[in-house]
Amino acid sequence: MNRRRFLKRGVAALGATVAAGSAHAQAPAPDDPSKVLGGPKRPYGERSRFERAARGVPQPATKTDEWGPSVTPLGESMGIITPSSLHFEVHRGGVADIDPKKHRLLIHGMVDRPVILTVDDVKRLPSVSRIYFIECAGNTLTEWEGPDAPTVDWTHGLTSCSEWAGVPLALLLREVGVRKGASWIVAEGADATGNERSIPLAKAMTDILVAYGQNGEAIRPENGYPLRLIVPGWEGNVSVKWLRRLTVTDRPYMSRIESVDHTSLMPDGKARRFMFVMEAKSVITFPSGGQRVSGPGFYEITGLAWSGRGRIRRVEVSTDAGKTWRDATLQQPVLPFAHSRFGLPWRWDGREAVLQSRCTDETGYVQPTLRELVKVRGVNSKFHLNAIQSWKVDADGRVKNVHV
Amino acid sequence: MVASRTSMSSRLALAAALVALVAAAWPAAAQLPTYGLGRAPTAEEIKAWDLTIPPDGQGLPPGRGTAALGKPVYVQRCAICHGETGTDPKYFVLVGGRGTLNTDKPLKTIGSYWPYATTLWSYVRRTQPFDEPGSLTPDEVYAVTAYLLHLNGIVKEDDVLDATTLPRIQMPNRDGFVPDARPDVGRRPKTPPR
Amino acid sequence: MNRRRFLKRGIVVGMSLGTGAAHAQSAAPDDPSKVLGGPKRPYGQRSRFETSARKAFRGKTDEHGGSMTPLGDLHGIITPSELHFEVQRGGVPDIDPQKHRLLIHGLVDRPVILSIDEIKRLPSVSRIYFLECSGNTQSEWRAPGLPTVQGTHGLTSCTEWTGVSLALLLREAGVRARASWIIAEGADATGNERSIPIAKAMDDVLIAYGQNGEALRPENGYPLRLFVPGWEGNVNVKWLRRLTVVDRPYMTRMETVEHAGLMPDGKARRLMFVMDAKSVITFPSGGQRLRGPGLYEITGLAWTGRGRIRRVDVSTDRGHAWRRATLQEPVLPLAHVRFSLPWRWDGREAVLQSRCVDETGYEQPTLRDLVKVRGVNSTFHLNAIQSWKVAADGAVSNAHGAA
Repeated sequence: MNRRRFLKRGVAALGATVAAGSAHAQAPAPDDPSKVLGGPKRPYGERSRFERAARGVPQPATKTDEWGPSVTPLGESMGIITPSSLHFEVHRGGVADIDPKKHRLLIHGMVDRPVILTVDDVKRLPSVSRIYFIECAGNTLTEWEGPDAPTVDWTHGLTSCSEWAGVPLALLLREVGVRKGASWIVAEGADATGNERSIPLAKAMTDILVAYGQNGEAIRPENGYPLRLIVPGWEGNVSVKWLRRLTVTDRPYMSRIESVDHTSLMPDGKARRFMFVMEAKSVITFPSGGQRVSGPGFYEITGLAWSGRGRIRRVEVSTDAGKTWRDATLQQPVLPFAHSRFGLPWRWDGREAVLQSRCTDETGYVQPTLRELVKVRGVNSKFHLNAIQSWKVDADGRVKNVHV
Repeated sequence: MVASRTSMSSRLALAAALVALVAAAWPAAAQLPTYGLGRAPTAEEIKAWDLTIPPDGQGLPPGRGTAALGKPVYVQRCAICHGETGTDPKYFVLVGGRGTLNTDKPLKTIGSYWPYATTLWSYVRRTQPFDEPGSLTPDEVYAVTAYLLHLNGIVKEDDVLDATTLPRIQMPNRDGFVPDARPDVGRRPKTPPR
Repeated sequence: MNRRRFLKRGIVVGMSLGTGAAHAQSAAPDDPSKVLGGPKRPYGQRSRFETSARKAFRGKTDEHGGSMTPLGDLHGIITPSELHFEVQRGGVPDIDPQKHRLLIHGLVDRPVILSIDEIKRLPSVSRIYFLECSGNTQSEWRAPGLPTVQGTHGLTSCTEWTGVSLALLLREAGVRARASWIIAEGADATGNERSIPIAKAMDDVLIAYGQNGEALRPENGYPLRLFVPGWEGNVNVKWLRRLTVVDRPYMTRMETVEHAGLMPDGKARRLMFVMDAKSVITFPSGGQRLRGPGLYEITGLAWTGRGRIRRVDVSTDRGHAWRRATLQEPVLPLAHVRFSLPWRWDGREAVLQSRCVDETGYEQPTLRDLVKVRGVNSTFHLNAIQSWKVAADGAVSNAHGAA
């Protein structure tokens, strides 16, 4: 056998199909892979063309293509790490295109030493890495008045979890020397909208990161490349993407996003604002809306739980619309301010069932029902909907979003 | 150095030169002291980015505008998305909704919901028009802001908006906000934890 | 303003953002705040300005060898799936997950064939674990071999793996009393048969289908692999298609000829399953350059196949004085641990080393101590302290330490 010929054959026949992704989705795999040589090495890998999980992009666009979310396909999720290619995004002016060599971070205001830093400067500073969730405050906002979105991707997909790496904001603030009387930081991005958010100095001096790393490599463009804030446990919007400026000041700046947009209208006509913390929340990702269980038998009910107040302490699962509950197993270790994966074995008898999950966090706070939430907040508060979610399994195995 | 009487501009130039000299002589003072990284920003750099206006109006640039001057700007640059009267719901409704906040169908607009006029000015200057963000001049921003407030019945057609008058405007919903009151629900489970 | 024009413009901007290396030449806007950005993509990509890549090493043919993780470029402990190391001897097989099957047979009451969908229905386990090829660092036995940390240590990565417990499957199949080993085999051109003691199989071994929250990557075993926490990478059979329950090791080529360590007396150790504790500084490391005297963060990774790392010490003077490094919390068992230590470089030549201790008390040895016992022909399991020399001009190179 001519060696050059067999190498060519191997590479041509299979390398192209392995390496080329969806364009070659139609090419079948060999019947017996052990009888043929496989594909070549790739410097930056790709997933198999047989894998099609994708972020959900609203069709048609909510307002314009450059405005709005794309959702993580939680229904296909496993473990707690969200693949970076599937991390949710929300923006209001498109994904900024930034050259990391030209990007700068300006820190100024009520400081002794204002400074401009390059991305390389920031990367040289002492680093911290943590696994944290991010959740958009508007996650689940379609569900206030009735079951609306059909799948868990669309009801809950504005949350993801990654390992973030960066420099503590507290370190930067100590270096520039915060002046007496300062009490807020205003963070701003380099994109078309700026997304200015005012953050209390007390939080800035605890666990906020100026991050450049996502799951081991650079942050993705959708998620803020090359620099972003990570504000653990707080509204996603506060974790400003494409970060370019931090202003130390003595009052909140009342940007549009924080004084008008991220506010919650109560039944009495007043609106809450600066609702920073994401409260404890859980959802079953399988079986969930739009999926189908293939007949009576064994399944693992699984899902995610998280809390902006620290660790999840407990997740309970009900298969009878909340009448009885059982404790689910939590994947170890349970990390603070991160997604926690829970699972419960379930033997389905083929009859209609309504599945729910309910979490408790380390403060003792218990995830409320939608009814309890609406009683206090009405149906126009838009944000911070963290109620128990219900999925109905019909006798034919189809799963639907329901309210009970 | 010139010791005799100098004009204001020469004196300023002199001062600037001295500042530059000092900065060059002590560069370490401008960097992160422990790590020796970064450099001092120039005044121009700060000015180019220091665009967010807090409620007291700090940072508002010189300029002025009225609703009468703002109308043609709005028609040419804003109406295509927001409608002739600012009531087109395709993107965001800008006008109307007063008195609806505690009803079943609350409508949040500049007039019914926004607490500060400076927020509006800051947002328009920075992000609008949507496809040409930051392209309006300060005068145009004052004028368009005046026009939007006029459409909402907050200023009169010839009221002048500038760095002094803008922060003084009392928006109708200024006191419509309360602090976060959570946790506001959440009970202990009836069954004891296992 | 014509609205159609602005939508079009936005999309044109978006295209230069999204398409990777082919458009590497297109410049980013001077001020991104003055233009609309790019569109949403259903499956994202990294910025075209990011070029970190695996480095391939060739074995005998293109289908033999592997790719090394660029450890010097990474942050934290999670290795991006695109950069996970790989070693193969027959190319990456192309497998349709709908057609793939797992056969469990041999000394069991109920032999079974399972589809991927059936395996995914079973109770799942997810854990963050490292993987290391037992041949990692083998270039370094005699003298500084490869110039960068990617070359010297790049056959290790760390990921969140999801799968079903092998113990659960074996209990379901009903393992017979006489059984003492499992043979695992892959569907690729080489099979890679490995024998595994049943005690480990009944402990923490996973039949894995998930890697960092999505399906395994083709290079790393799609759609199914064995995951044997803390053990030689090769035992973690990729493209898993068969498990045979038996009463003795099968002595396949992979485990008797390949993964055997030749000792100075001519005898070879085999079935050296566990990966010993190991650490390496990833910055500053070979091939990098420091920009001048000043404060730096020495950082790197440590791991052990025997549980948790207990501590990591760093020396900047070729092993004379040691200081304790900070470990990124939480320290997970059988996973990479990120360590760091602030270091003020005075501009003079320095030799940097890291040394870890694991929870059993085992301390990472010097190369000299290792060679004293094993000679220089044992190929595998080189877990000695690594030295990087920082020259006065800031250039960092691979050096062998004194101690």
